[in-house]
Amino acid sequence: MNDNRHTHPTVSIHARATAVSDRMDDTAPVVLDCEDVSIYYGEFRAVTEVSLGFRRNEITALIGPSGCGKSTVLRSLNRMNDLVDGARVEGRIIFHAEDIYGKDVDAIAVRRRIGMVFQKPNPFPKSIYDNIAYGPRVIGMKVESMDDLVEEALTRAALWDEVKDKLKQSALGLSGGQQQRLCIARTIAVQPEVILMDEPCSALDPIATMKIEDLMQQLRRDYTIVIVTHNMQQAARVADRTAFFTALPDETTGDRTGVLVEYDYTSKLFERPADKRTEDYISGRFG
Amino acid sequence: MVTSTPTRHGMGALVHRSVRGRAKGGETSPRSIAFLIVLWFCLLFALLFLVVLLINIWVDGVGRLDLALFTEYPSSNPDDAGARPAILGSLWVIGTTAVMTLPIGVAAAIHLEEFSDRHNLINRAVELNVQNLAAIPSVIYGMLTLAALGLFGVVNKNQVWVGALALSMLILPVIIIATREALRAVPAEIRQGSLALGATPLQTVFRNTLPAALPGIATGAILGLSRALGEAAPLLLLGGLVFLRFDPNGLMSGYTTMPIQIFNWTGRPQQGFHELAAATSIVLLVVLLLMNALAIYIRNRYQQRW
Repeated sequence: MNDNRHTHPTVSIHARATAVSDRMDDTAPVVLDCEDVSIYYGEFRAVTEVSLGFRRNEITALIGPSGCGKSTVLRSLNRMNDLVDGARVEGRIIFHAEDIYGKDVDAIAVRRRIGMVFQKPNPFPKSIYDNIAYGPRVIGMKVESMDDLVEEALTRAALWDEVKDKLKQSALGLSGGQQQRLCIARTIAVQPEVILMDEPCSALDPIATMKIEDLMQQLRRDYTIVIVTHNMQQAARVADRTAFFTALPDETTGDRTGVLVEYDYTSKLFERPADKRTEDYISGRFG
Repeated sequence: MVTSTPTRHGMGALVHRSVRGRAKGGETSPRSIAFLIVLWFCLLFALLFLVVLLINIWVDGVGRLDLALFTEYPSSNPDDAGARPAILGSLWVIGTTAVMTLPIGVAAAIHLEEFSDRHNLINRAVELNVQNLAAIPSVIYGMLTLAALGLFGVVNKNQVWVGALALSMLILPVIIIATREALRAVPAEIRQGSLALGATPLQTVFRNTLPAALPGIATGAILGLSRALGEAAPLLLLGGLVFLRFDPNGLMSGYTTMPIQIFNWTGRPQQGFHELAAATSIVLLVVLLLMNALAIYIRNRYQQRW
């Protein structure tokens, strides 16, 4: 565990209006730890030597300009990148003392424990009930009462009251924000440890976005959340820690490749960034 | 027409305007307008031909379109004859074709669309040839089946399963192509959502992608089967042109089908048989139209708006 690299010496921080400012806790264990992760698509190196750890019950935001590889990093965390032709990961991603890209590791087993919420709400063309029940059914979860499980998942996703009278109706009839909360409910129904969110609010209006952000604060108590966002205010609002990525020309090929510039407490990264590039980005000078 | 301009008057200008109004992007060059007019006349000609044909059949056959057509067996006397065995034979052959083709066609499409490596040379060759097979004249499939039967020493060709085998091969490419298109229409996000929950690729296909694609597959299957229903050529090669006075009653049973019965009666000299052929044609047309209508209904009713 390269703790020194991931954390920052404790510094006093002025109180901020956000809920996360006072959460500066280095004792939470690292759940998911990237060690020198490089990600390739064929010959193209999309991400170069990223090292960072995601801590339990924290929300970590990945921010940066387009093409900086933040989504690629996120998708490699539960091996969704395997689905892309020619995608390849070097380095190690440690989850429960095991490299998820290890020889004997089943990608499907990884995805059962590290769930994912996508950019565009993608409910299945099934009933609301079946959307939630789908995950537990396919992974063969032992469930005493599926009805209870569905209710609990929807309740935790703050959707139960809105849909309890139409569980048998198609999920495609829900609004975009409801669909996205349904996708979150669907993800927590299989009881993962980590939830990855790939720009979960980019297709939603501000009110739906606010609901999802509130929900994330609720979910943080039970899960570890990693979120990719284009929206710096969102990162500042929801995330305990933030990692800033940017794209640099590769030393050997000259192609642009994603690198991690700075990783710190959100409040620290936004108020007193250590790196000039971070400062330029968050002050809107590029990206 | 090449020299025509928008200022020209008379009938030409009228056609001219209406064509221009409909053309996407408002074609204005004389050459393209001339071309559009040619296309328009082609369509008109085809429709006219179809309408004349339909009216002709209706006038010829409506007199014999009665219950006897459905209940009577063929006879040497046109007044006593009916198409009962042909109608039942068509049902038997098409039913058997559906049972034989759909599982194989859908499975092949799932493999090609969801699992095969698209960059693999063999898979690309298979893909190209599925497209090609869909365009091969149907009689070729009759010859192929004939050759295969000879190879395996099957002497009695006039059996329901033999006819169904030929028609299966004929519409298999159609089913495969339709199923692939239906699967392709299911957004990738649905598959990703399923996989991200820890579903296996097979679970994803059978519990998610395939059910979502089912309306499209049903539409394609019905259209494929209606093509098979109208085919006479491969079955003629396979001894389907027989005089039957019994109902087909199994896979090994002798059979004849509506298109063959029509072909048979049309070749007779008596006017009465021509009327019977026209009446059977009406039955066949109605069945085909109903199948197509059903396909359109399913497509519209269950169309998924992602």
